[in-house]
Amino acid sequence: MSVVLEVRDLQKTFGAVVAAKDVNVSVEEHEIIGIIGANGAGKTTFVNMVTGYLKPTSGQIDFVGRSILGLPPREITRLGISRSFQVPQIFASETVFDNLQMAYAIAEETGLGLFSPLQNDARGERVDNHLQRYQIAEYRNATASTLPQGTRKLLDIAMAAVRKPTILMLDEPTSGISVEEKFGLMDVIMEALRQDRTTVLFIEHDMEIVERYVSRVLAFYQGAIICDAPTAEALIDPGVREFVIGEEYHRTRSKTGGIEDA
Amino acid sequence: MRYLDKTVVGLSIAFLVLLWADFFMAEWMRFVGLQSLSRGAVALGLLVLWRTGLVSFGHALYFGFGAYAAAMLTLIGFHDAFLLVFAGTFSAGLLAFLLGFLLRRYRAIFFALLNLAFSMILYGVIVKTEELGSTDGFSVRAPTFLGYAPEGEAVQTALFLFTLVFTYIITVGVHLYLKTTLGGMSMAVRENEIRVEYLGYSAEKVIHYKYVFSGLVAGFGGAIMALAIGQVDPDSMANWTVSGEFVFITILSGIGNVAATYVGALVFELIRTYAFEYAPQYWQFILGGSLLAIIMFLPDGIWSLLSRLRKPEGARGL
Repeated sequence: MSVVLEVRDLQKTFGAVVAAKDVNVSVEEHEIIGIIGANGAGKTTFVNMVTGYLKPTSGQIDFVGRSILGLPPREITRLGISRSFQVPQIFASETVFDNLQMAYAIAEETGLGLFSPLQNDARGERVDNHLQRYQIAEYRNATASTLPQGTRKLLDIAMAAVRKPTILMLDEPTSGISVEEKFGLMDVIMEALRQDRTTVLFIEHDMEIVERYVSRVLAFYQGAIICDAPTAEALIDPGVREFVIGEEYHRTRSKTGGIEDA
Repeated sequence: MRYLDKTVVGLSIAFLVLLWADFFMAEWMRFVGLQSLSRGAVALGLLVLWRTGLVSFGHALYFGFGAYAAAMLTLIGFHDAFLLVFAGTFSAGLLAFLLGFLLRRYRAIFFALLNLAFSMILYGVIVKTEELGSTDGFSVRAPTFLGYAPEGEAVQTALFLFTLVFTYIITVGVHLYLKTTLGGMSMAVRENEIRVEYLGYSAEKVIHYKYVFSGLVAGFGGAIMALAIGQVDPDSMANWTVSGEFVFITILSGIGNVAATYVGALVFELIRTYAFEYAPQYWQFILGGSLLAIIMFLPDGIWSLLSRLRKPEGARGL
């Protein structure tokens, strides 16, 4: 296994607010990493810095051996880091098919290729295949703005995955999804990404999800990583329990095996 | 065969019919036709911008720039229509390319009004320049066509033919372009720029391309207009009311189809001509009233009448 993402001494301050301090992370190929932390702990800031949306105050970010610090999101995306959003970023007035067709077209065409027709049969097939893998084929011709929240999330992630990125960062894939739907949704996403052998980092509040899909946990607290360890270890770490999970999780878990969480 | 869809066939038929009609048309019809083709071409550029989610209140800038560029060449002894129109088109395109670096960073009302601001600078420059006739402008001699120098009514016949050929090429080109990846990215940028960036393409670059294109066709329209009326002056070429007319035509036409812009331009021309003839005191009232009626009853423009007839339930743009 080789290191695909190396973050060193990352700092980010907004005025007096420290959003990230001394963030050091090394991510290996094909890892599935969960990013946890309370609201405002710096999780999304971390994702925003790695994907180029925010410029760090100082520090280094290397992707497969080259620095991506200061590159705009589109260039980082082209190099191989994609992301999904907490609030799905889709083409709301278009159909699900057209959303993905556009995503494929932008991913596949450069230079003069931009003047080739948007629609072609081979691309249509790839889109339909993608819809199948993300199990949103039944919504193929539905307008994106009319989709249920879970499907909209899937579409957002499916669009981010079109480029078959080396690393995919998911910002709270299960937020706004009902408890019953969460696991089904994550199964679909993780299976599709496993097939592409994508390295995944995802932000998650639900420890059940973290336990089930993740091999390693990054716990954020006040802009710093307070724990970087395999999942089982991280979830019993005293710091994580105090600042991230809270005692609630512990109680319900020991009583019922844990359906509710903090 | 993939490129021969209904629009291309329709445009080709209209092209051939007008080509044939050019030799019989009454002079006033040809004049109205030239004006419609000229303004329709500008509206075509606005249609492309509109699809990207942008409205410009200042495209008289490129229209006027193209018109004056062509007209100024006649002052130094060039009279060939090909040369004049190419010069008008590409000088306006170059201006759009340069201003595009600034404008592509703005959206919505800021984009609309920044365009207006630039167009009023051009207007101001023209008005203050005595050499260019200030507010009176100057007249443009009848053009020649690669050595052919028609006289009398033949000038307009030749110019109409010339204009028709180029607008046909441009319009079919735009129609095909709208179906390409770059053409389709209008939708993507309008709907969600963040997603476009995170798919790996620059939304600003997309806007810049579209903006340069709109400048090119506006310059083309301006150069044609200068030759058609044989005169350039700031008030009918570069004033903000001219920009308003283009927006008017775009609303009238709707952005459903490239052919609609010419229909819209023609309808605009006819409304204005007849309103002015029959109600000289109230023609602006009639023009405003028709715009109001379009917005209220045909919000997607004249073109939506067609799709409404074709598929009554849930009609969608082409």
